[in-house]
Amino acid sequence: MTAAPITLPRWADAGLVPLVSVAAALVVAGLVVIGIGESPLEATALLLRGSLGSAEGLAFTLYYTTNFIFTGLAVAVAFHAGLFNIGGEGQATIAGIFAALACLWLAPLPGILLVPLAILAAAAGGALYGFIPGWLQATRGSHVVITTIMLNFIAATLLVYLLVEKIGKPGSMQPETPDFAKHAILTPMHQLLAPLGVTLPATPLNSAFLLALACLVAVWALIFRSRLGYAIRTTGANPRAAAYAGISPARITMVAMAISGALAGGLAVNEAMGVQHRLVLDFTGGYGFVGIAVALMGRGHPVGVALAAFLFGILYQGGAELSFDKPTITRDMVVVIGGVIILFAGALDGLFRRVVASGLRLGRVL
Amino acid sequence: MEWVQTLAVILDSGVRLSIPLLCAAMAGLWSERAGVVDIGLEGKMLVAAFAAGVIAYQSGSAWAGLGAGMLAAILLSLVHGFAAITWRGNQIVSGVAINMLAAGLTVILGNAWYGQGGRTPSLEGAARFPDIALPFAAAARQSIPVIGTLYDEVVSGHAALVYLAFASVALTAFVLKRTRFGLRLRAVGENPAAVDTAGISVAGLRYAAVVICGALCGLGGTYLAVSQSAGFLPHMTAGKGFIALAAVIFANWRPVPALWACLLFGMLDAVAIRLQGVSLPGIGLVPVQAIQALPYLMTIILLAGFIGRSTPPKASGLPYVKER
Amino acid sequence: MTDAPAPAIELVGISKRFGAVQANRDVSLSVAAGSIHGIVGENGAGKSTLMSILYGFYEADSGEIRIGGTPRAIRSSGDAIAAGIGMVHQHFMLVETLSVVENVVLGAEGGAFLKGGLANARAELARLSQDYGLVIDPDAIVGELSVGLQQRVEILKSLYRGADILILDEPTAVLTPPEADQLFVLLRALKRQGKTVILITHKLREIMDVTDAVSVMRRGEMVAHVRTSQTSPPELAEAMVGRRVLLRVEKEPRQRGAPVLEAVGISVTDARGLALLSEASLTLHAGEIVGIAGVAGNGQSELLDVLAGLTAPSRGVIRLNGQILNAADRKPARLRELGLMHIPEDRQKAGLVTAFTAAENAILGYQHEAAFGAGPFLSPRAIAAHAREAFAAYDVRPPDPALKTANFSGGNQQKIVLAREIERAPKVLLVGQPTRGVDIGAIEFIHRRLIALRDAGVAILLVSVELEEVMALSDRILCMCGGRITGERAAEATDERDLGLLMAGVTERAA
Repeated sequence: MTAAPITLPRWADAGLVPLVSVAAALVVAGLVVIGIGESPLEATALLLRGSLGSAEGLAFTLYYTTNFIFTGLAVAVAFHAGLFNIGGEGQATIAGIFAALACLWLAPLPGILLVPLAILAAAAGGALYGFIPGWLQATRGSHVVITTIMLNFIAATLLVYLLVEKIGKPGSMQPETPDFAKHAILTPMHQLLAPLGVTLPATPLNSAFLLALACLVAVWALIFRSRLGYAIRTTGANPRAAAYAGISPARITMVAMAISGALAGGLAVNEAMGVQHRLVLDFTGGYGFVGIAVALMGRGHPVGVALAAFLFGILYQGGAELSFDKPTITRDMVVVIGGVIILFAGALDGLFRRVVASGLRLGRVL
Repeated sequence: MEWVQTLAVILDSGVRLSIPLLCAAMAGLWSERAGVVDIGLEGKMLVAAFAAGVIAYQSGSAWAGLGAGMLAAILLSLVHGFAAITWRGNQIVSGVAINMLAAGLTVILGNAWYGQGGRTPSLEGAARFPDIALPFAAAARQSIPVIGTLYDEVVSGHAALVYLAFASVALTAFVLKRTRFGLRLRAVGENPAAVDTAGISVAGLRYAAVVICGALCGLGGTYLAVSQSAGFLPHMTAGKGFIALAAVIFANWRPVPALWACLLFGMLDAVAIRLQGVSLPGIGLVPVQAIQALPYLMTIILLAGFIGRSTPPKASGLPYVKER
Repeated sequence: MTDAPAPAIELVGISKRFGAVQANRDVSLSVAAGSIHGIVGENGAGKSTLMSILYGFYEADSGEIRIGGTPRAIRSSGDAIAAGIGMVHQHFMLVETLSVVENVVLGAEGGAFLKGGLANARAELARLSQDYGLVIDPDAIVGELSVGLQQRVEILKSLYRGADILILDEPTAVLTPPEADQLFVLLRALKRQGKTVILITHKLREIMDVTDAVSVMRRGEMVAHVRTSQTSPPELAEAMVGRRVLLRVEKEPRQRGAPVLEAVGISVTDARGLALLSEASLTLHAGEIVGIAGVAGNGQSELLDVLAGLTAPSRGVIRLNGQILNAADRKPARLRELGLMHIPEDRQKAGLVTAFTAAENAILGYQHEAAFGAGPFLSPRAIAAHAREAFAAYDVRPPDPALKTANFSGGNQQKIVLAREIERAPKVLLVGQPTRGVDIGAIEFIHRRLIALRDAGVAILLVSVELEEVMALSDRILCMCGGRITGERAAEATDERDLGLLMAGVTERAA
């Protein structure tokens, strides 16, 4: 135990520490695989083949990556403002409701208007639902962590209510909306690339992936290249210096939470408008929570988030393929890995920094 | 007297539904009164439910299941303690990790071991806790109107864990208020430096608190899998750990009010189940979801200071570092 | 009177280092049993560290502690308590949600169940109340008590544990004058009962009032031990501040210009209603440096914060260029637009974001200026170019805009702040502790810059705990004590003795 912070060179801090903690998390996952009587090496091979070994597998991987980019960025933006947004699930849920209502109600509009409007509606819904806890913290002092947890559940019950009672498909027993109009959906990637002479098998990968890439760049520009981002980072790193610099921490809290919620809304865009083409129950599927792992592992930087999201995309798709061959290793393995990564890269950061620092010292001696 | 019977059935079901909340709320209370924020109650209950389901099935003993459930939850608590106390990590992050870990691990192991999509095999006989009829229950029902029925339905006829859960509230209240350990624990959650300067180990107290937290989560999880249901089901905690957290906040981190909050939330749940698809005269169909969302909504309103005030232990969530 | 063969406490050659900071260097101290012993020194002189070592909160790197003549190893607070030492910390070690009696027994409960221990404690509290006149309701919740009463609980805690030696760390910092007087009555009562009291303070009046002997610390070292009856406040002030080689700053006499910043009757009270700043008034003219002299913690920081728009005054009016500043004007961003710049006292906590690059810090507070990027964006190239230019002009080393600010030395961090605040030609410059933790070369550089600004017509308010610095740079000097301005002197018509009296709160009327 030590009170002194461990200082590491920048490359070790940004690269080596997350790598070591992720490696350790994968070792833990490997132990679990051994525990249930399978070979981790074989599982890894199957996983990699399933996620990267074919065009179809890769497309599926990128589809999952899309979700993780959105939720990872959402958590990362809040992190920069010193806030912990664990309400990604709820914000995506409300975003999905907004997007679905836009798709259903504005269906007479042409696609060129309808699709952007529905995406904006999703962003607005997520932003609103992120703004609420931000506002409550800034003006009423209620901590965003607790309020976002509670808002997650409220959003989930609201979704059930709406799907069952209000906007559900008439005559259907499934809690889901009617299908969106053909022109209200995002273009699947195989159709998008066909004119360019690239033939892809039909997969859920759609143009939301491009939106996610654009968001990566936009968040990078926001955080590291804009005046607002400067204010956000100052507030997160040193609220007293922010006040000195004429930045209002209360305002930044609300703005950052709204941006975070809007990014979480991207998950709804991909799932509802890009894949399901309707709003279904539980479409957020825990992606919001894995987003915390993505942001922690990516150290809050869009490049790191992209890499971490891709890793989880591989794990998700590879895990799905793997469970065909090895029914005992289900998708839930990814949830375990996510949890261990959050534990190692987040809560036990101090331990891993110590490990890396000791390793570097040892390296210098040898 | 049909309404008495209906009331008794709802109250009885409300009591049963509030038990996991009660255990988790007491667990959260112990941890947070010592200054360790715990949003991982959900995960710990889930792991306990799984361990209890597995061991109760394998051993055929419900009590062995309880032991396993408590042990598993305590182990997970120690992970939280290791991160939060020893390594001064972010307690929220650690709690999120524990919830995810629990959600994934239970399904994987359950599926690998029993191949039933994550459930554990059904428990029968001694692998479940039998209902205990309290003395004179049947007689009271015959002889005393209303109260006799309520006594028989609501108070009597629960499994041992139900009475244990209620006992845990009394015990928590007593230990916190009247013992040396309780005094020190309350102190360490408010001002760890005061405890340190009094020559008492801050880390020792906090570890003790998270272990107790784990044991109580174990009780709640075991109840879910071995008493309420006949086996573990994936994700069977279904947010109960978070409602318990809400109850703790609602009760301002005090045991007896937490009991009332849990009973209230349990009753709300029972009413919601009862009203599913029922059209009430003059009101029409009641949106069950509105009742289900009520605990969360009430907590947000409370936290925002619109009704009453909630004051968490002052040092909760903060790792203890000696200041220079 | 006791004939006291062995001193109650003897510290021999205590040294303690925190990283690069030598908090205590070869400190020795002897405290006679049954006496009240004062330890004075400025903030950061090492008093609190020394007492924390005595109380087992830290372990000394070297040196010996003797209690009543026998060497004792004190490794934890528990050891200190066992050795009969009690401490009243500056920030009370109380649990505000617990009752008085619960706080008193914490750590000395006398059994697994509270019942017996609490009953004992009640009886003991009643006895102590009688012995010392410490009347207090044992069932009151501590958080609801006044600060003065909370301090009593702290003292009772120590006495309940049987402490013979009581250390009080800045006990009057949070007290009103009547509460402080009550405390002194109590301390004298403790002394009469044979207890030994160590009083840490930087208020000289208290030392003169209650102590038998006094030790002076400066920069981690013990510089003087004297009997109180044989010393005087000015002598102590001089010992605290120290006489070093006189700083020479080339300074031509200048005619001051028109008034630029006027503050009238500024008061600030804290959340507990305690006055931190009382009726402070001052006028800054163009082309002059007004220095604030005072022992740290006497309202200078609050004065700076109010003028810089970081704290709202509870009373008072501020005029800038003849215009009264309303609440909307008293915001840091608006004040910068009006030409009022601020070099904060604590650059690391308020003036810089140490996790940022140096270039990013060079625009802190000016992040909205058009020169740094188009529209809502910031251009790293423009920011870096700006930083390179500023760093060259102000000799920041290394002149690397991309380096993380935490990796610069104190002097160079200060130059980054200085460059940022003065390059925009301020009309008014508020400067707090410009050379704290700065090396000699940088001190000279900073001083020359400040003089050049004054010559260029800037109105400068200088707050520094370095009396010498204030004297060398200022045209006029205001002294502060206890949140009040106790006097004004023209720099050429005063000396350290004179200022020391004002800093000790001896106002002109009284003197």
